[in-house]
Amino acid sequence: MQSHYTLLDHTADLRIRVTGTDLADVFRNAGLALFDLISKPDVLESREVIEVNVTGDDEADLMVNYLRELLYLWTGNEKLIKMIDILHISDTAVSAQVSTDRYLSERHEILHEIKAVTYHQIDVSQTADGWQATVVFDV
Amino acid sequence: MELKKITPFCYEIPKSGSMRVPGRVFMSERMAAQSREEEALKQVANVATLPGILKAAMAMPDMHWGYGFPIGGVAAFDWDTGVISPGGVGYDINCGVRLAGTGLEEKEVRPVVDRLVNALFQNIPSGVGSTGSVKLPPKEVMKVLREGGRWAVRQGFGDPSDVERTEDGGCMAEADPSVISDRALTRGAKQLGTLGSGNHFLEVGVVEEIFDDETARTFGLFQNQVTVLLHSGSRGLGYQVCDDSLAFMAKHVRTLDIQLPDRQLACAMIRSDAGQRYYAAMACAANYAWANRQIMLHRARETFQQVLGIGPRDLAMHQVYDICHNIAKRETHTVDGRMRTVCVHRKGATRAFPPGHPAICEAYRHVGQPILIPGDMGTASYVLAGTQTAMEESFGSTCHGAGRVLSRTAAKKKSKGRAIHRELADKGILVKWTGRSTLAEEMPDAYKDIDQVVDTVHGAGISKKVAKLRPICVIKG
Repeated sequence: MQSHYTLLDHTADLRIRVTGTDLADVFRNAGLALFDLISKPDVLESREVIEVNVTGDDEADLMVNYLRELLYLWTGNEKLIKMIDILHISDTAVSAQVSTDRYLSERHEILHEIKAVTYHQIDVSQTADGWQATVVFDV
Repeated sequence: MELKKITPFCYEIPKSGSMRVPGRVFMSERMAAQSREEEALKQVANVATLPGILKAAMAMPDMHWGYGFPIGGVAAFDWDTGVISPGGVGYDINCGVRLAGTGLEEKEVRPVVDRLVNALFQNIPSGVGSTGSVKLPPKEVMKVLREGGRWAVRQGFGDPSDVERTEDGGCMAEADPSVISDRALTRGAKQLGTLGSGNHFLEVGVVEEIFDDETARTFGLFQNQVTVLLHSGSRGLGYQVCDDSLAFMAKHVRTLDIQLPDRQLACAMIRSDAGQRYYAAMACAANYAWANRQIMLHRARETFQQVLGIGPRDLAMHQVYDICHNIAKRETHTVDGRMRTVCVHRKGATRAFPPGHPAICEAYRHVGQPILIPGDMGTASYVLAGTQTAMEESFGSTCHGAGRVLSRTAAKKKSKGRAIHRELADKGILVKWTGRSTLAEEMPDAYKDIDQVVDTVHGAGISKKVAKLRPICVIKG
């Protein structure tokens, strides 16, 4: 998992760069990276599958909205994500199926409190080898 | 970025490109030479492009790279022709600081400091996802959002004088809970009375030095006095309000004729429905934060009494003040010789109103508003007072803390092989913490030198030094 994202330096927040073979892959990896920062996924079980549908103005806006929606599964419903399947994606809409586990303080260690997904320096773009995204999380 | 020195403690970023006003950065020559914070300076220049901005886009000496607006940023917009921006307030709406004094001296607390730090850690929930000791049905959350600190005092958490000695009396009247999303309410219902994580903390300290006897006395501070300093905000509710508002404004701003240099600067005209909606939602989150800090101060009071085996009269814990350092406020300021109604955004900046200002509670009005500046957990915190110069130069604003210099990753690298808690214990500071990486990320080396930051705002005259506090024990999320 970790090989699909790297932490970049940022004074107060967490900035990541994610790569993927195509747009769906970079979205999948960005969601997994977010939850890798929140809690180590290896101890999670897939207990509940939730469908997430999000729209945006362009790939960058879509990425922020999609990660926002995933983050709320944790901040609002105490669910941690183990796996993500991107069902459909275009540059303005994404549907994903996420496998989640219910947070239990005695089983799951929380590594970072991610307050929000920001638009700051947001970038989703095509590269020679596929796609990459840069996202800053407010912590 | 070009920086022109205009006074020994103030530098200007000259107007260029689409900047409507210049940038103004409060810092010392030494700071200017040491760290130019290029990214933050660029953000100051970006803020200067927004409609209705008055005088200058400003930054305090503790500034660093934020998102959209820099941390340490101050920007005032004309109420009728200017914008309001959630990014100019930040995610943690009304993140702020509360200070209480006690009737105790260090020698009375030292012998029990071990037990005290453990009990505080137990009684005040901290860390990621911590839930509160106060569980609320949705109807009650609405009351918290409307009434802030007053709600908490009415429920028996503290004393009416705490609220009196709180910025805005612990309640922004413009709060309208009907604009708050269900998501924000859900998050708010379970976190009231919790510290949170990151740089939030509760610190027991001692008054180490007094710079201004009369003002310190007025604030109820004396040499060697034991104090409690609390740094926390509006928790998940505030983050959700900011996030909801940004999502909306990112779309809304495209309906206006505004070119944004950064999406995170999304904004609305203050007087528009969108602007007023955000202001009402932000005020709700601000009120939630005041109730939150009120409950935690109450828990701290109970804990002191329990550990020391004394009653409230002997403890004599009284609130000095409570300030917010992430907020936007409707205020009156003189601009170009004319009184104007403005919306002052303070993102990592503190209000610094001068003696005589009607917004200051009566007990302190003759000396100026107390300003609470927490340092990193290994050095010191300061109590300052507001000045007339701040009104004239910085829209009644000053710095908010030490300001980070190292990223969290860099701090973790630097702390490898070191036991930060032992280094602090050697200095006489006991620390209890929750998160695995909290101590490393928040180590003293990660922050700017608080003495330099405070000397700069004192030198610039936008606040004056009153007292310096030294920590003896700290709990962190």
